[in-house]
Amino acid sequence: MAGAASALFLLDIKGRVLVWRDFRGDVSAGQAEKFFTKLIEKEGDPESQDPVVYDNGVTYMFIQHNNVFLMIATRQNCNAASIILFLHRVVDVFKHYFEELEEESLRDNFVVVYELLDEMMDFGYPQYTEAKILSEFIKTDAYRMEVNQRPPMAVTNAVSWRMEGIRYKKNEVFLDVVESVNILVNSNGQIIRSEVVGALKMRTYLSGMPECKLGLNDRVLLEAQGRSTKGKAIDLDDIKFHQCVRLTRFENDRTISFIPPDGSFDLMTYRLSTQVKPLIWVEAQIERHSRSRIEIMVKTRSQFKERSTATNVEIELPVPSDATNPNIRTSMGSATYAPEHDALLWKIKSFPGGKEYLMRAEFSLPSVIAEDALPDRKAPIRVKFEIPYFTVSGIQVRYLKIIEKSAYQALPWVRYITMAGEYELRLI
Amino acid sequence: MSGHDSKYFSTTKKGEIPELKDELNSQYKDKKKDAVKKVIAAMTVGKDVSSLFTDVVNCMQTENLELKKLVYLYLINYAKSQPDLAILAVNTFVKDSQDPNPLIRALAVRTMGCIRVDKITEYLCDPLQRCLKDDDPYVRKTASICVAKLYDINAELVEDRGFLDTLKDLISDNNPMVVANAVAALAEIQENSSKPIFEITSHTLSKLLTALNECTEWGQVFILDALSKYKAADAREAENIVERVTPRLQHANCAVVLSAVKMILQQMELITSTDVVRNLCKKMAPPLVTLLSAEPEIQYVALRNINLIVQRRPTILAHEIKVFFCKYNDPIYVKMEKLEIMIKLASDRNIDQVLLEFKEYATEVDVDFVRKAVRAIGRCAIKLERAAERCISVLLELIKIKVNYVVQEAIIVIKDIFRRYPNTYESIIATLCESLDTLDEPEAKASMIWIIGEYAERIDNADELLESFLESFPEEPALVQLQLLTATVKLFLKKPTEGPQQMIQVVLNNATVETDNPDLRDRAYIYWRLLSTDPEAAKDVVLAEKPVISDDSNQLDSSLLDELLANIATLSSVYHKPPEAFVTRVKAAAQRPDDDEYPDGADTGFSESSVNEGITSPSASSSSGSYAATRQAAPAPAPAPAPVPDLLGDLMGLDNALVPTDQPTSPRGPPLPVVLPAATGQGLQISAQVTRQDGQVFYSMSFENNTQAPLDGFMIQFNKNTFGLAAAGQLQVPQLQPGTTASVLLPMVLLQNLSPGPPTSLLQVAVKNNQQPVWYFNDKVSLLVLFSEDGRMERANFLETWKSLPDSNEVTKDLPGIVVNSVEATLDKLAASNMFFIAKRRHANQEVLYLSAKIPRGIPFLIELTAVIGIPGVKCAIKTPSPEMAPLFFEALEILLKG
Repeated sequence: MAGAASALFLLDIKGRVLVWRDFRGDVSAGQAEKFFTKLIEKEGDPESQDPVVYDNGVTYMFIQHNNVFLMIATRQNCNAASIILFLHRVVDVFKHYFEELEEESLRDNFVVVYELLDEMMDFGYPQYTEAKILSEFIKTDAYRMEVNQRPPMAVTNAVSWRMEGIRYKKNEVFLDVVESVNILVNSNGQIIRSEVVGALKMRTYLSGMPECKLGLNDRVLLEAQGRSTKGKAIDLDDIKFHQCVRLTRFENDRTISFIPPDGSFDLMTYRLSTQVKPLIWVEAQIERHSRSRIEIMVKTRSQFKERSTATNVEIELPVPSDATNPNIRTSMGSATYAPEHDALLWKIKSFPGGKEYLMRAEFSLPSVIAEDALPDRKAPIRVKFEIPYFTVSGIQVRYLKIIEKSAYQALPWVRYITMAGEYELRLI
Repeated sequence: MSGHDSKYFSTTKKGEIPELKDELNSQYKDKKKDAVKKVIAAMTVGKDVSSLFTDVVNCMQTENLELKKLVYLYLINYAKSQPDLAILAVNTFVKDSQDPNPLIRALAVRTMGCIRVDKITEYLCDPLQRCLKDDDPYVRKTASICVAKLYDINAELVEDRGFLDTLKDLISDNNPMVVANAVAALAEIQENSSKPIFEITSHTLSKLLTALNECTEWGQVFILDALSKYKAADAREAENIVERVTPRLQHANCAVVLSAVKMILQQMELITSTDVVRNLCKKMAPPLVTLLSAEPEIQYVALRNINLIVQRRPTILAHEIKVFFCKYNDPIYVKMEKLEIMIKLASDRNIDQVLLEFKEYATEVDVDFVRKAVRAIGRCAIKLERAAERCISVLLELIKIKVNYVVQEAIIVIKDIFRRYPNTYESIIATLCESLDTLDEPEAKASMIWIIGEYAERIDNADELLESFLESFPEEPALVQLQLLTATVKLFLKKPTEGPQQMIQVVLNNATVETDNPDLRDRAYIYWRLLSTDPEAAKDVVLAEKPVISDDSNQLDSSLLDELLANIATLSSVYHKPPEAFVTRVKAAAQRPDDDEYPDGADTGFSESSVNEGITSPSASSSSGSYAATRQAAPAPAPAPAPVPDLLGDLMGLDNALVPTDQPTSPRGPPLPVVLPAATGQGLQISAQVTRQDGQVFYSMSFENNTQAPLDGFMIQFNKNTFGLAAAGQLQVPQLQPGTTASVLLPMVLLQNLSPGPPTSLLQVAVKNNQQPVWYFNDKVSLLVLFSEDGRMERANFLETWKSLPDSNEVTKDLPGIVVNSVEATLDKLAASNMFFIAKRRHANQEVLYLSAKIPRGIPFLIELTAVIGIPGVKCAIKTPSPEMAPLFFEALEILLKG
């Protein structure tokens, strides 16, 4: 099983090496570059390529970020999941350092890039990817000091994500409960997939090494404690925790306990696959009149309680790529034609529950069409929205206890919001 | 935080190197540092700055950490090209490794380990020894990995200096990161060593499971991957392990989740309680589903793995098929993999919804994806009998859309459906015939022609339809020609009227006289002879009932699946290939980092296309392998007097082309057995044997040219065989002058070319050259050449394995003709074939010997030999997970002990 990366490459959009770090001396820069050029020439579009490619004894795994390719080459049977995830982490670290990862920022900081790569991976094994802690001992020019830097304790500690000795005047924690609704409705109007992906996003400004304990209205926990769970508890079955949460403890007694990293992070994510009624429903009727004109009628309805209001609703309707002369009317909000997306964008700032709005649009079509034209790509209707102070799952934060040696008082702020994730309704 | 390093990339063109040299030797610190940065910038863009070696190394002694790191980086790159000068750096390295700052100590040993220069390596040992016992965990964790580096450069040194023991001690280190790196280093060393170095006992297991709770996410992956090799003693231990690993399923890091899944699946094999297993399956489903919310590249890896998991444990995701429905914006590689899993999870319960999805996909724009979706409908029809009719109606709807490639793909799968459900759905043939003119792809055309021939009696105008194809017969690809030939014969046999009779004349004429394709010609002659001698017999042959097909495409065989599941999350599980099929161990020491080219010998014949190949149509052939036979034109231009006719089809069915030859290589060893006598080979005599040398399998061959003309352009091809032996490279035989002999060693790879069915030692080989026809001969592979060098087992392990295998896996045989005269001599002989001595005992006057051996995929052979010294007759008992290999073993052993 053992296997490690041979080298890590940062390549520009044409596959030229910007920076590379050789870990094992068994691949060469030229080889990878050549391979990559070939790859791009052949397919034209590297995004459609499998992210794991084999060529002549070497496996290449790559991801793209802006105009940079991050690629790892190996000759062994290494852990592909770990390596690809590592590449994504490298992106995160670089973004933390240079704000944006792109060709220019790599060139501008190549010295630090080398230093970071040296620290993040050793002999092809991922080592350490906590950007916040790395920046404690690897600094860019502006912050570089002539005094000797030492590796912070955190690098090798069990708590590898938090520095000691952090101080804040005011100790605060912000906790956002964000639920994204993913939905797929097929052309018959059937809901074929519906899930809610939730995340507890935390921003902590806490001094010292605080012990936190989070209480949710988790049915299993409440029942174990013998409390009544009437209507208020929820079932959390698929949960993922940030590495700071003690997993064994959770497995034993469902307690979510942790020492948080400083700043923002996702404490946990969860997924509910129970079917929910689509919060915003869209129906579209499309009529083609004698090849020269197309008429679209759209009805949208909010299917949640009246006391909630959806904001920033955006409905994207696909229209034929050769449509012209739009003529649009709406009963609420504004709709514009976005030819660059081949779509009609209908925006409604505020959409209270239990309401229904209409839109009607007309386009002209060219009367001549190429005979062997390929069928149009059938894009679905896509919807974006946010509903503040509301969660689909009914999740509630019952408490967030923060205990630190110095016994300070910390204020937790909790917010709830639901938004559209991959919200797609296929056209008939 | 942003730098302005880009300025270092732009230097004045004129006299760049001398200018840098001056700056490097400047007395001003800043100027020096800038110069080093410029050097590194030049190195980064690929300019050769190795001539500045001495000047850069002179900057090494500095208090400035940044500068130091840059110089170290330079050394890693250029020390190899200047090994004599590299020694200049040693002093500073050694000094740095004792610096009060742990960052510098670690940096020194980390860098020294990356410099693959023997002189440096010698000096690495002492600092490494110290750093492994450093007070600071950061230094220890760096030193742990450094042991693996040193092992890669000089394994002996690591063993001699006792680093392995120190490393093993670090498993009990109080720092989790040190533990994790020590595990990674030990696992790698073990992988490259035949000796037992890192064996996980139940004690280390429990220690590592505890460390799991505290290490970084990457460390957790190292530990889980190493532990997944651990074999629990019994179901209870397995349950305990699983219990301690299960919490990892909740980790946000996908790699941790996949490695935990791997470990749980491994242990589940031992768990007997169905409740526990059911419960575990239930627990694994949600984390696996959540992997599909990760980045697309990770999703791809996850999907390739889920594909394996559902083959072994379909229940885990049986109810989750909807999560594999493709999203509009999924990258195409994700969509393709999802489709494959959807087919695997399709059942009578969900087929309606699945078909709706497939139909939706079939109208997308990506042609490959659309084709795969259409094929998927066909595969579901073949898999689910009760849904077949619905599948067909969807296919017919798609045909009506009249998108050319959809229609062609649909016809190909409908042909398969006809083979699966004969005489059931012929009513749709009329609809198919409407699209006849639009078919322009060979496979679709061939499929349609096959349908017409097969159902000629029910298609009123079958003769007209076929006739329309006949006009272009000579221009058609071989695939279509073969089908036309067979279909016309079928038509004639079913409707022996005047029209078809004329057609058959035309076809047979075209297929014999007018063609130079031997496959087509041979088949035509066979038909011709059959028809002219005994039309009834022809009917029996041509119209024989065909076996019903099943959808087994993309199903892996059980032992391969086992191996792949043990490799979850790794590249092996992404490729669906065992690691040895693509891992190329290139000794790094032999390579220069700035070398552009690597020897082609590293290529194992692995091809990417076969990894992701969508569907290999399960019924690709209508009659006796016709499609397979024509997938490539026959290589021999001269009439092929095939001595083994049944071999022909199979040999041609291989997807690899024959490999050409040009360069000579020199072989060694005793005379080889003759496999193709000169009498058969028209003067060419070939001797050959499969041998093992230095841990690799070769086909040792010798060619003797007794003809009157030089022979050249030798190529070789192996038929599918039990061991999957195939050529790893090209056969390199120089031009062979009359009366001369050439010997070659052809490296072979295993598990490339597997044939199903019971194991046999038979190896069928085809050799050709530019002057002669293709020669076919049979050779025998001794199982012994597959015994690997790492087959030695610890005594305890041997006993354990022996016990753990059921009695049904034990096979015994008497070898009456063998005499053992000396135990030592016998053991030496066995050891030379990688059968390793474990223990010996005496029973009355009998000597009982125990030995172990291992064949690829790590399958052990436990051997017991019983004999009386000097008396003929040896009793041999073996126990192995693959008892079907036993006859091959006995056969090989007998030859070995006799000789």
